[in-house]
Amino acid sequence: MALTEKEIKHIAHLARLGLNETEEKIFAKQLSSILDYIEQLKEVKTDDIYPTAQITGLENQFRPDVVQNCDKKIQIGLLETAPAVENNLIKANNVFE
Amino acid sequence: MVLNGLTIKQATDGLKKKDFSCVELTQACLDQIEKTDKDINSFITVTKQPALALAEKLDKQGEFTSPLAGIPFAAKDIFCTAGVKTTVGSKILENYIPPFSATVIEKLDKQNSIMLGKTNMDEFACGSSTETSYFGSTKNPWDIQRVPGGSSGGSVAAVSADQCIYSLGTDTGGSIRQPASLCGVVGLKPTYGRVSRYGVVAMASSLDQVGPITKSVEDAAIVLGQISGLDKKDSTTVDASIPDYAAGLSKDIKGLKIGIPKEYFIKGMDPGVEDRVRVAISKLEELGAKIIEVSLPLSKYGLAVYYIIMPSELSTNLSRYDGIKYGFSAGLDNLLENYLETRAKGFGPEIRRRIMLGTYSLSSGYYNAYYLQAAKVRTLIKQEFQAVFSQVDCLVTPSSPTVAFKLGEKTADPLQMYLADIFTVPINIAGLPAISIPCGFSSAKDGSIELPVGLQIIGRQFDEQTILKAAYNYEQATQWYKFKPLI
Repeated sequence: MALTEKEIKHIAHLARLGLNETEEKIFAKQLSSILDYIEQLKEVKTDDIYPTAQITGLENQFRPDVVQNCDKKIQIGLLETAPAVENNLIKANNVFE
Repeated sequence: MVLNGLTIKQATDGLKKKDFSCVELTQACLDQIEKTDKDINSFITVTKQPALALAEKLDKQGEFTSPLAGIPFAAKDIFCTAGVKTTVGSKILENYIPPFSATVIEKLDKQNSIMLGKTNMDEFACGSSTETSYFGSTKNPWDIQRVPGGSSGGSVAAVSADQCIYSLGTDTGGSIRQPASLCGVVGLKPTYGRVSRYGVVAMASSLDQVGPITKSVEDAAIVLGQISGLDKKDSTTVDASIPDYAAGLSKDIKGLKIGIPKEYFIKGMDPGVEDRVRVAISKLEELGAKIIEVSLPLSKYGLAVYYIIMPSELSTNLSRYDGIKYGFSAGLDNLLENYLETRAKGFGPEIRRRIMLGTYSLSSGYYNAYYLQAAKVRTLIKQEFQAVFSQVDCLVTPSSPTVAFKLGEKTADPLQMYLADIFTVPINIAGLPAISIPCGFSSAKDGSIELPVGLQIIGRQFDEQTILKAAYNYEQATQWYKFKPLI
């Protein structure tokens, strides 16, 4: 299955991933060859088969919905990992133009 | 006595008998790192001062009763370690210092096990050679022209080169077992849900699992016993009983039913690897096991399932690296430009390739054909293993189709690199436990050197005890684990 450069651009946009033109060409080729390999899955009959995401069979794990305090040191530490902080809040870019 | 060459068991005995101090043991490991790491590059960060300070404190207290007390270890740089840089081998977290520790690290801290530092890895654990690390490749201690395998290449090379007594890795598709095989050490991937993933930087959440890398099977059993268990902070951990793994090792394997799946001996694998594994199977038979040929025809789809599910989960998990919350930021004013530029500069090519693949498989119009089909085939693979485990107690296969390959040999062709995990991936798909142990040596393709071969033993979910017992019996009868690289 060959991916076009247009499709590559579209996927890169969905993934919010900046790619240059050389990378678009390389990825189109490499991803197409990986998708060709993956195509073999179509041979497997899966009618009436339930998909698995949780492999040990655990189901909903509930806990009481109680707010837990965050250690002050951890709170400060987490803020320190953010690229930009203002008034003890993480600073984000403008969302509205 | 070479202190850094000891196993956990030997080091604990020595510390208890005061044959040597904890400072001497820790210093021996640090000296070995100093001497060899410029060639091997196992470590991204070495925490020399805190390690020695803890060792000194433990010597003063003089108590080494808990199983890992005073034992120096290395942790893959994927485990959050409070106050110590945790890079995941990526530029995007190059300067990330988490204010908290992963549950497994906290457990080892409580034991007073001594962390020597953080080890190199493929970026975000994506790779089979440790070549995708932003911090340069780790080299195989048996031949520094070759890869150690991956993604836990640094953790495995550190154990193989006696830079530590044991280490921790993670295994999403073979990232503990494949490098353990290529470097001639023991690597255990427990059952999914056996060990907490809290504080472990996520790659593919339904497949990731934490495990030990050690110099002997007994050591793997000791570490597993200490890191296992239910964790309120990881809702996928399971409240299953934790046996005394080390105590159960010495039972014999007479009558143990071992399945040999014929699909795991494929065209294109190194003949020397197949030969070593066949000889190992004969040895297991000699030790009293019953060898039964079985068939797992769906295993051949394991890698295809993996390369849909893993990138899908990876692309979702990695969406959090947005240049705003934490980690590297391009620092641009425009929101979209900031996203694009941060992720273009912060992620290496393999990560971007997998994010693209995952985004594609989950995108509108392709979800059913790719992700959903893969999740259904996953059900069938799980059922097929379950059916086989009604006939046998464990399965034996090669860990890797080849011995260690040369640096750069597979980097140009992603698919060739992915095939390095062909025997380990189906085990993660089915959530099973598996161990890789040394089973001899085979020539490199060019005949230049003899390199380690690994034997994979696979068990039922939550039955680590049986595979550890089989591995221990084989190890004690063959002693391959005593061979060490000349470095």
